[in-house]
Amino acid sequence: MIDVLYFAWVRERIGLPKEQVETSAATVAELVDELRQREERYALAFSDLRALRVAIDQELTEFDAPLAGAREVAFFPPMTGG
Amino acid sequence: MTVRVQSDEFDAGAELNAFTGEVAGAGAIVSFTGVVRDVDGGLTAMEIEHYPAMTERAIAKIVEEAQSRWSLAGALVIHRYGRLETGAQIMMVATASRHRVDAFQAAEFLMDYLKSRAPFWKKELTKDGEAWVEARDEDEDALGRW
Repeated sequence: MIDVLYFAWVRERIGLPKEQVETSAATVAELVDELRQREERYALAFSDLRALRVAIDQELTEFDAPLAGAREVAFFPPMTGG
Repeated sequence: MTVRVQSDEFDAGAELNAFTGEVAGAGAIVSFTGVVRDVDGGLTAMEIEHYPAMTERAIAKIVEEAQSRWSLAGALVIHRYGRLETGAQIMMVATASRHRVDAFQAAEFLMDYLKSRAPFWKKELTKDGEAWVEARDEDEDALGRW
């Protein structure tokens, strides 16, 4: 089980900030494919990965990153701090 | 290094004075304060979301990178989240160094990185509705100069 977090419009499109996911995905990209197949709202949120960023255990990473050992994966749009 | 992520207001003047006291001996102190600007008279407030478990650590890493590149006597970053009205202070950065070049460059570096590498997301609330602020290509490009 891993915690999957959503922020900003990703959270709004999916409709929740956090959920636990049972997955055997080897990479973030595989996890995204699993989520996409769940429901339309996931497919919509993950329709363009170029518009998304991902963090594993609070560290920014890439979509081809391995999930082994990950406890928390977060998806969000490009950050707009400052 | 001081990093604070908070919803409360802060007094930029008082923060700068306290910071100045802590870096006694530095010859140059640079500070930047970001304020919620009104967009064509239509903005009522800004809502800032963040990723609590990641935010302070991500900012600390950015400050550490600045400290490794420039000779700094100190660095301060305060960033707010939650609902901020037009005119409210969003964040501030202060840097101190022996000579001004380090403090100026480190402050700009911190601003560039906070904009696109610290996990904050801004939403603009206007009379007509609300919209997430989109990251601009220029902000990403700005990282390239460092």
